[in-house]
Amino acid sequence: MKKAIALVLALVMVFALCACGNSNSGGNDAQGSAPAASGDKVVRIGVFEPASGDSGAGGKKETLGMQYANSETPTVEIGGETYNVELVYADNGSSTDKAVSAASQLVSQNVALVLGSYGSGVSIAASDTFKDAGLAAVGVTCTNPQVTAGNDHYFRICFLDPFQGTVLANYAANELNATKAYCLGEVGNEYDQGLVAYFKQAFEAAGGTVITDSFPTNNSDFSSYINKAKNEGAEVFFAPVSIAYSTQIVSQAASLNVDFPFLGSDTWDDNMVLQAAAGTNVQVFVTTFYAEGGNPTFDEGIKAYINSNSDAKTANGGDDTISAVTAMGYDAYYVALEALKAAGSTDPEAVKAALPGVTYSGVSGDISFDATGDAIRDTAYIKTINTADSVWEFVTQQKAGE
Amino acid sequence: MQFFVSQILSGISLGGQYALIAIGYTMVYGILRLINFAHGDVFMCAGVMMVFMSASMPIYASIPLMLVLTVLLGFVIERAAYKPLRTAPRMSVMISAIGVSYLLQNLALYATGGQPQTYPTLPFISNSVTILGAPTHWVTVITPVLVVLLVLALQWLINHTKIGMAMRAVAKDFETSQLMGIKINRVISVTFIIGSFLAAVGSLLYFTNYPTVVPLSGAMPGLKAFVAAVFGGIGSIPGAVIGAFIIGIVETLIKGTSYTVFSDAFTFALLIIILVVKPTGLFGERATDKV
Amino acid sequence: MPKTKQQTSGSGKLITLLIVAAFMALTIILENTMSPSSLLFTVIKKGAVYSLVAVSMNLLNGFTGLFSLGQAGFMLLGAYTYAIFMIPSDVRDSVYYLFNGSSVHFSFQEMFGAIFGTAGFGGAVSLVLGVLVAIICAGIVAAIFAYLIGLPVLRLKSDYLAIATLGFAEIIRAIFQWDKLGPVTNGANMLKNFPTFADFNIKNASGQIVLRLSAFVPVFLSAVCIFIIVLLINSSYGRAFKAIRDDEIAAEAMGVNLAHHKRLSFCISSFFAGVGGALFAMFTTMVQAKVFTSTMTYEILLIVVIGGIGSVSGSCIASLLYIAASEWWLRFLDNETYINGTRVPLLRSGFRMVVFSVIIMIVVLFFRQGIMGSRELPELLRRRPKKQPAVEEVRTHE
Repeated sequence: MKKAIALVLALVMVFALCACGNSNSGGNDAQGSAPAASGDKVVRIGVFEPASGDSGAGGKKETLGMQYANSETPTVEIGGETYNVELVYADNGSSTDKAVSAASQLVSQNVALVLGSYGSGVSIAASDTFKDAGLAAVGVTCTNPQVTAGNDHYFRICFLDPFQGTVLANYAANELNATKAYCLGEVGNEYDQGLVAYFKQAFEAAGGTVITDSFPTNNSDFSSYINKAKNEGAEVFFAPVSIAYSTQIVSQAASLNVDFPFLGSDTWDDNMVLQAAAGTNVQVFVTTFYAEGGNPTFDEGIKAYINSNSDAKTANGGDDTISAVTAMGYDAYYVALEALKAAGSTDPEAVKAALPGVTYSGVSGDISFDATGDAIRDTAYIKTINTADSVWEFVTQQKAGE
Repeated sequence: MQFFVSQILSGISLGGQYALIAIGYTMVYGILRLINFAHGDVFMCAGVMMVFMSASMPIYASIPLMLVLTVLLGFVIERAAYKPLRTAPRMSVMISAIGVSYLLQNLALYATGGQPQTYPTLPFISNSVTILGAPTHWVTVITPVLVVLLVLALQWLINHTKIGMAMRAVAKDFETSQLMGIKINRVISVTFIIGSFLAAVGSLLYFTNYPTVVPLSGAMPGLKAFVAAVFGGIGSIPGAVIGAFIIGIVETLIKGTSYTVFSDAFTFALLIIILVVKPTGLFGERATDKV
Repeated sequence: MPKTKQQTSGSGKLITLLIVAAFMALTIILENTMSPSSLLFTVIKKGAVYSLVAVSMNLLNGFTGLFSLGQAGFMLLGAYTYAIFMIPSDVRDSVYYLFNGSSVHFSFQEMFGAIFGTAGFGGAVSLVLGVLVAIICAGIVAAIFAYLIGLPVLRLKSDYLAIATLGFAEIIRAIFQWDKLGPVTNGANMLKNFPTFADFNIKNASGQIVLRLSAFVPVFLSAVCIFIIVLLINSSYGRAFKAIRDDEIAAEAMGVNLAHHKRLSFCISSFFAGVGGALFAMFTTMVQAKVFTSTMTYEILLIVVIGGIGSVSGSCIASLLYIAASEWWLRFLDNETYINGTRVPLLRSGFRMVVFSVIIMIVVLFFRQGIMGSRELPELLRRRPKKQPAVEEVRTHE
């Protein structure tokens, strides 16, 4: 009898869930058309970004740029008709195993194309899911070459890691006069490991020596690694890791009185790192896509947007410091609109076919795609933290081949 | 030299923090024969609670409140998830523990929105100090001292109080002690309260050293602490503490070499070797039904 | 895919077989009529893979009484074996770019391609054969490791066995992440570009898909594997396993060789976990060691518990329900929803998993028998014919 009750209850639960599931898909539709007057056409853009996990903070800032752009330009002209643009979100949790199910979630919501992700590993993991669905994806700040290599559906608007690694290595060798570098990355993180490899290549070419090391996921003890670097006599510490880890590295370095500077990649350009370094004597240099002040109109606009919207402010980490990824997210949104206009339709295949020809002048520079689908970009900004005032200071701008 | 000293120091402090968690495991296992998989997550929850409370009230108020709430959490978990299964097979209780662990992790994920949380800076123990030329925090020095004091207090409690006697009796023979009029549920609750309290203290020390809390923060330290408990001989508190120190130190030393990938795997290799070679651990009592 | 376990009346068995066949037919039909992007197919694919893994775990935990938590480790072995042997040699350099190419220079598909040709029907044959051989290799590698691990570990009992197998899974994971093995395992980085379920869609000459089989293939493969497990459970070996579960000492007294049968059960379970791992790799289109954590094992264990420990059909039903709930039905809990402009409280990222784990706790505490207890679908169909439509609807609903 008890078993029978259990079975019945289980069934009731299941049917309740079915009902919920149905109302869910219905709910999404309703949600999509709610802001628009009835009868208006809607085009959906998938936002494939981490909202949780160790890159969550970065993903939220990138999404913020897209939301700001969407609030600025909520409609697009496609084939002579005005469409409302709806952003559809899926949280890839900064982890490669959740990425696939987040991607299939976007696919099932009939988006025209996908923007994202922050973090190369998740982009690579989800790549085939988008490919099988015939969707084009535009990477915003995933810098690993593997994202776009060997496929025709993944594009990106940022520079690549071989470039970034070289810029950082040259800066370390020429400006910081380092001859020995200690590189630390997360085990199994495509982004970290790739950048470390490219940095190593360039730094060794410049005559330096490199020690590489990896730490396991969810590690929180970085003092061992920093001590190791100290012990090995490293003159610079290069750690192209996610935001969560970089803040820990900075705060643990602060207590260990290290004298070598820390080099970070684009992930370090985040106000959480800024907060961690505030008031300490840790030297931090990072490469990034955009430096505050690059486009005053955008700076003012996004600051006003962040300050007027408490959710946005929370997403931005509680203040109005502009992250480069926000600017990139902003540009990505407009690139997507350009692609939709060029395609003249909301059909994913048409958008995919139109993307290679899209050009756009964004706040982070001019964007156009090369044969592999990468943006033709040759500029990286180097910033450092002014730990006394807790602000980013622009150091220099590096171009390829310099 | 300085490198070695600082590695040993952080190893000792890590070991001390594992020890505080391991005591909770070993006591619960001693009495209920249950691997309390949720214990590591209680430790993590203590960290999350501290993060949230310190944001809204002064540190001096939030530390005691956090200790009380963590103890309460441990108590509630036992009453809600383990007590109803007292007569069920051991496997069911263990599955329930895994379920609780899953629930706590997901609750933490929900509460933190998946963002890593920065642990507040505690006065004094977060300050820097230099020992033999190696810069470190005061917490590194305080942890082993605190662990020793707490273990001595606990030993006194177990050996010289009435509830301690009851605990020993229950650990020896569950059914008989029940027949002797010992209130089993009370003893078990006290065990969970002590375990959770020590885990909360451990979380204060651990997260001061490694100040980021994520929902999975408790999983690995929890498993390692359990291994420490097995290594020292399950049911033996000094054994668990010594096991924890050994694991903490060796783990940190491995991280100092080029085999960092194996810093977690080492713990489990140690576990398997111990189980195969000397299943009773270093100080465990010989018992026929344990392994 | 529910299968018969006990010697029940023929009608129950027949109905169960019919249900499975109908489910497969429905999968093909739906896949070729509905929009292929529907989450339904994600659920079916992942559910089929998880069914196999859950049944393999059930064989150990439910039928032999060995409480092992090493499932994720064996899946990892299977997934890596499959990936390493199936990545086409021309993309190996790009996959192993951090290690300057792979030390393995062939793939099974290409080996068969050399015999049967690479295009048209021959290409299909070499794909199918390549995948099958790789999957079997995946299982064998997992079984070999299980044999070696079993030598020391199987002497342990209950929770010690659990924690030791959990430990072994973690050790295996660390070994596969070791960069010294990079030329084979690609260090801790992703392996990708191997044939996936989508490659089984039949295309015409111009590249258009004429028949979609990407959801049918995993269902079919796991159905076959589960059928084999069911045959095993019903054989004399299966009866020996159950005897060990019920009373080890009595079983030994009755002449059951404990060590031999435990090892056999452990290896067979690991074999199918390895096969499940290979299918999982095909489902996710990439393999990475850090995916196969203990959390994954816990997830599978919870599926087994929800389905009923000791019930093959229960595990299958529970897998489909579990995956459907987590990937599909409960998704709305993660989205902030506004009704008439007011925000629905509690709903935000992460709430889905909270609700989900609460449901799991309720099942664990109050419905310890799970959905099926230790019974199988045929029994249920025979004894309570009226229940049958309901159960059937659960599995194939939508």
